[in-house]
Amino acid sequence: MQLDLKEVEELAKTLYIRALKLLPNDIKQGFERLLLEETDATGRTILGTMVENIAVAERTKNLLCQDTGIPIYNVNIGRHVEFDGAAMKDAIRRGCARATKEHPLRSSVVHPITRVNEQTSCGIGVPVINVDFDTREETVEIEMIPKGSGSENGSFLQMLIPADGVAAVKRFVIDKVIECGGRVCPPTIVGVGIGGTSDLCMHLAKVAATRPLGTTCADAEGAKIEAQLSEAVNALGIGPQGLGGRATAFRVHVEVAATHITMNPVAVNIQCHSARRASAIITPGGIAFE
Amino acid sequence: MTHHVLDMPITDAQARVLKVGDTVTLEKTLFGIRDATLIAMFDRGRTTRFDLKGHAVVHTAPNVRKVDPRPGNSSGYEPLCIGTTTSMRMERFTRPLMEREGVKLIIGKGGMGQATLDAFRDLGGAYLAVVGGAAALETTWIEAIEEVDMDDLHPESLWKFRIKGFGPLLVTMDSHGNSLHAQVNAEAAARRAAVLASIGGD
Repeated sequence: MQLDLKEVEELAKTLYIRALKLLPNDIKQGFERLLLEETDATGRTILGTMVENIAVAERTKNLLCQDTGIPIYNVNIGRHVEFDGAAMKDAIRRGCARATKEHPLRSSVVHPITRVNEQTSCGIGVPVINVDFDTREETVEIEMIPKGSGSENGSFLQMLIPADGVAAVKRFVIDKVIECGGRVCPPTIVGVGIGGTSDLCMHLAKVAATRPLGTTCADAEGAKIEAQLSEAVNALGIGPQGLGGRATAFRVHVEVAATHITMNPVAVNIQCHSARRASAIITPGGIAFE
Repeated sequence: MTHHVLDMPITDAQARVLKVGDTVTLEKTLFGIRDATLIAMFDRGRTTRFDLKGHAVVHTAPNVRKVDPRPGNSSGYEPLCIGTTTSMRMERFTRPLMEREGVKLIIGKGGMGQATLDAFRDLGGAYLAVVGGAAALETTWIEAIEEVDMDDLHPESLWKFRIKGFGPLLVTMDSHGNSLHAQVNAEAAARRAAVLASIGGD
């Protein structure tokens, strides 16, 4: 299959807008579950407002949240796909800028030092484009994540040491959830990276935070910690919007990687309740949206 | 637990009567402000032509569409999606915003800190929590963007919105030293040890 770059550009545009407007089904189901479990009156009211907002966004074809986020594109390329990688990244960048100009969307991206906004949602190194490869025949999957800043500001890395053990990893996560309180727009998905290098650890936390609800860590030890922490954060009483209640998080997600004998890194990256993402698969048969 | 409908702007007495747990619906006028606007106003000495005395500000930067200016909407923008950002980043601007500009109410998400609570006590103000991320709903409470100032900071301009039934919002910080945010945070901190013990994290 030859990857059609006009198609990629269109898809980069469409997926950005689609992600901002339609919440994935697993997140909607997550709200239903939290509503069943929430006993705090204020918490229930807030969850109800969030569910109402999802319906209003669909009815009025509006954005769920005003924060158009930092655009992230995750591209997975299967076998027997011919593509010009550099041109593909340019096509994604053009699609991202076109979504911003043509919809129009608020450009939330600025130069980090001058703070100048190009009004395109693009800048140095942004959109973030992650390219990976898998074994699917003649398949390219593009996932778009508009990562909101309220929760992205809830990002932390600690290079713990082996003597600190797993206990310190768990303590770090709980302490960061307490520190963030309502600022990260709970109920959240708390993404946790354990192991790797510092940059890989942070990336694992992002992968964990943006993983669909209902999935579990592929590593058995990671899955155990995931289950423990998921119970624990909802016993803190922070609740929806940090105004009290059980629903602090939909779930804690953990991703792990091997690390160095001297290292014990842990990272936290939080996803707010507007856990937006959209993806599509390109095959010789056409484009299919998730 | 009283519900208040407030036609903006309001007086000092109207601000001081608000208590944590009350709900508020705002009518008429609301200003949008955030990081870059506040930095420009209070770190770089810029001034606005708007009179903010007795008014409410919401921490926001909206999605808008350019349109031809017309009577009642001289801004040249119409609202597409207007929501609320995390307030805590703007903590150090609450007092100057109230002292210099006379702002009485701050609308945001996630709450603010002790400096804001002190300013509310000294100058008469309150924090009204909106549900963050519920911007599609919030947008239905906004009729028009009447005017805009400091638009070189776009989208972090100073926005003047005409509103209808903006709420209900929950009073979570008041002028009597009460903060629901601080209370919940203290409760979470108190539960920390038991929670850690339950998962072998102590």
